[in-house]
Amino acid sequence: MLLSIGDIIKITTTKGNLASLKIVGISEIGIAEIDNVMSYTSLATAQKILGEPTNYITDIQLNLYDMTAAPVVAKEFQDTFNLDTIDYQTANSQFETGSTVRSIISYSVGVVLLIVAGFGIYNILNMMIYEKMDSIAILKATGFSGNDVKWIFVSLSIIIGLAGGLFGLLFGYIFSSIIDVIPFETSSLPTVKTYPINYNAIYYVIGIVFALFTTTIAGLFPALKASKVDPVEIIRGK
Amino acid sequence: MENNTVLETIGLSKYFYDPVKFQVLKEISMRVNHGEFVSIVGKSGCGKSTLLYLLSTMDTDYEGQILIHNELVTGKTDKELALIRNEKIGFVFQFHYLLAEYNVLKNVMLPGMKLAKYSDKELEHRAMEHLKTLDMQDQALKMPNQLSGGQKQRVAIAHALINDPLIIMGDEPTGNLDKRNSDLVFDIFNKLTQEQNQTLLVVTHDTDFAERTNRIITMEDGKIIS
Repeated sequence: MLLSIGDIIKITTTKGNLASLKIVGISEIGIAEIDNVMSYTSLATAQKILGEPTNYITDIQLNLYDMTAAPVVAKEFQDTFNLDTIDYQTANSQFETGSTVRSIISYSVGVVLLIVAGFGIYNILNMMIYEKMDSIAILKATGFSGNDVKWIFVSLSIIIGLAGGLFGLLFGYIFSSIIDVIPFETSSLPTVKTYPINYNAIYYVIGIVFALFTTTIAGLFPALKASKVDPVEIIRGK
Repeated sequence: MENNTVLETIGLSKYFYDPVKFQVLKEISMRVNHGEFVSIVGKSGCGKSTLLYLLSTMDTDYEGQILIHNELVTGKTDKELALIRNEKIGFVFQFHYLLAEYNVLKNVMLPGMKLAKYSDKELEHRAMEHLKTLDMQDQALKMPNQLSGGQKQRVAIAHALINDPLIIMGDEPTGNLDKRNSDLVFDIFNKLTQEQNQTLLVVTHDTDFAERTNRIITMEDGKIIS
């Protein structure tokens, strides 16, 4: 709209009242459809234009520190003040559904990737056990129990998981920093200039936990196999 | 007399089930005393190696009883047996079975690290002493694949000695060595019996080697014949 600060606009209410208002600031929430039709004014001015008394209020919007508490607070206010209340989750259920579906998709892709990686580790350790049969046999012959041998391979896979997980987090962080500065211009989101990135630590924690979990599971089966190796068969087989 | 027995078997029988049930060892009763250098000889397939594996507690599928140091080992759990092997038995195999990832010194120290009776520093010192008596101190920091066959076998002997075992068992320890190295290994064994009163039980088909030991046990068809 061809407006700037200092311009005077005339507005008409649904009852036909006319009023002239001066623009003192431009607000943009970033969604063009809303920005084009919405403007703010003080409560007193609004009541005056509408010709209503000072106790006339149609809506009060509350901003909570904890968004998830909204349904509880809404219920509480409804009971206490005898009002119609609607919580954020209900009002935006369509948006919520969309983001839930999106996170389900991204988590499933992540889990599938980890399963593939897990099979890779399983295969490597499996081959390694065949290669190290002699070493396992001599360890067992010199007094290492099946449990000790199992722990060698489980700790090996944990080390792989930990090292791989930390490298993954590091590379993930580096890549998100790069993506963070890539320009991302869209008319529907005028405030967003680059790709939006969420650096919340919780995603890094989830990443490392999943990495350790998959590698440990993938290492467990070959380790159990190694612990059951019969040294006599190996030594006799030579 | 009682405390002098290191190893004793009572009515030891062993069967192979694949492809058909076959009795490999038939009611073997034998005894090895402290400080003895015993060799077990016999034709291939007579069960001498099988007997050694039973005595070593690695193979637990048998009938009869085995006593090590007058302690019944038959029926013990895998964990208990591992501890007995670690503490009381040293092995020397036909093939050296050294861990390629570690140097000679670490290989020798490994069973001692498991037993954890000595600190790492002490253990290193002891390992060096053993290597010195075997004339291998110069090779201590080499990797196993840099050694010759005879040298590897000497490392294996040091490996077997590290925990001061009650008995050293050898499965064809000279089977893969030339005459000169075989003699060397025999001399080491002989020295151990004479100087440190070490008990040795060696399975071999090298008759030259066997004839020079204190006692020969001859086996045939799963039985001790002399």
